Amino acid sequence: MGQERTTSAAGELGPEARFKAYLADGRFMLQRSRSTGKFTFYPRVAIPGTGETDLEWVAASCRGTVYAITVNRGRDSSYNIAIVQLAEGPRLMSRIEGVETAAIGTAVKARIATLKGEPALVFDVEKAGA
Amino acid sequence: MAAHPLRGRTAIVGIGSAGCGEAHGRSATELMAEASLAAIADAGLKLSDIDGICAATSTHAFPTLTVAEYLGIKPHFFDGTNVGGSSFEMHVLQAALALDAGLCNAVLICYGSNQRTAGGKLVSMSEPQWHESAYEPRHPITGYALATSRHMHEFGTTREQLADIAVAARAWANLNPAAFARGPLTRADVLAARMVSDPLTTRDCCLVTDGGGACVMVRADRARDLAKKPVYFLGTGGAHSHRSITQMADLTTTVAVESGQRAFAMAGLKQSDVDLLMLYDAFTITTLLFLEDLGFCPKGEGGRFVADGAIAPGGKLAVNTSGGGLSCVHPGMYGMFLIIEAVTQLRGAAGERQLKQCDVALCHGNGGTLSSQVTALFGSAATL
Repeated sequence: MGQERTTSAAGELGPEARFKAYLADGRFMLQRSRSTGKFTFYPRVAIPGTGETDLEWVAASCRGTVYAITVNRGRDSSYNIAIVQLAEGPRLMSRIEGVETAAIGTAVKARIATLKGEPALVFDVEKAGA
Repeated sequence: MAAHPLRGRTAIVGIGSAGCGEAHGRSATELMAEASLAAIADAGLKLSDIDGICAATSTHAFPTLTVAEYLGIKPHFFDGTNVGGSSFEMHVLQAALALDAGLCNAVLICYGSNQRTAGGKLVSMSEPQWHESAYEPRHPITGYALATSRHMHEFGTTREQLADIAVAARAWANLNPAAFARGPLTRADVLAARMVSDPLTTRDCCLVTDGGGACVMVRADRARDLAKKPVYFLGTGGAHSHRSITQMADLTTTVAVESGQRAFAMAGLKQSDVDLLMLYDAFTITTLLFLEDLGFCPKGEGGRFVADGAIAPGGKLAVNTSGGGLSCVHPGMYGMFLIIEAVTQLRGAAGERQLKQCDVALCHGNGGTLSSQVTALFGSAATL
């Protein structure tokens, strides 16, 4: 039994490829443990630290706040790089679009853009009252 | 509390460096070999006495194989643990364990890099993280800049306070003829320097130099019969927290908290026993974080603690007396050079920058983007 459980079904995508496939399909999906409700990001085969493998994919709320931010200053161009804390708990690296930088704590909302030719999550500053 | 069985059982008996700064026409392997030969000679040993090798670099996939072949050593013990700049503090523990267990009798710990003259940029084998690469983080500064932004946000740490760390490092470097960056540096100079990744300017960042470094460890009984004053291994602790900065639980607190506690426990020492702190200063923020996380000031107080020359020559705490990675040398994996300066001070051989009292030195290595933390404590014979 143990062996069957640890063997991936033929052709089944791993968590990284599954996440990217969802993005390509226009969906931002997060993994959540069915038994504990814990979320994790980046996608992986188990919840880190506690090891739950009963993971399901659920649609992300797309809501978050800026946890940390920097602006990379290049000779030709500058761009921000942020760590966003998702409403579900996990953090991820991203870019806050449309602004040079944003204050830590700023509410942001995810959308899927194309970066370097690939679908990628970016965030926009939430408009007040939105 | 009973002393840990490893405390005082081994010692560093030789140190060597090569090509620190610019080493035109020299390869990384050549610098590593030259530093190794210098350390072996400093110990009064022969190449044929070496039967253990620990090594890590940014360019060699199998550094212990490279060193063993190049110098013609047939090691009984070898360890190529690579946790970035903190590798060498961990090698000290591996060497202490192997020596104490009788697996070998003399361990060479070594490193070499020619990144400055070979390309002028930090050389790293660190692979991109798939969930980060779309956003083009610049390794490693992005991670450190993000941590700095968070520390400023939570604790009101200022760029001026961070600048004072760079100024203190330069003041020490000005007392060290071997330091690469010497000359006046003011808080205003740091603040006015080119912004690289907000809020860090070029002067908040370590140097990009060449350099090889090495040390030799033996058991304490043999150390007493060798040429130089032994510098005893007292304790080491290491900790891992993350690979990607996005996975660091709290960007203002590193696991130096844990590595420091483990090292102090093994050494049977406390913060007030330490005469010299060699803290891995890849960026100004790292010095500040490690002062807090190793228990030399409360969390969040680092900025106020370092301000106005407190860690500069004549200040209240001796930190990075060589000039550190910010002003002395930083060939990419700086941890080896923390040990070399600690040994120099504990021997009383640091010249104009020599501390009046130096019996206990703490070396704190950092690797990745605040990812790996290793703390090592060394002492003079007075600490045994």
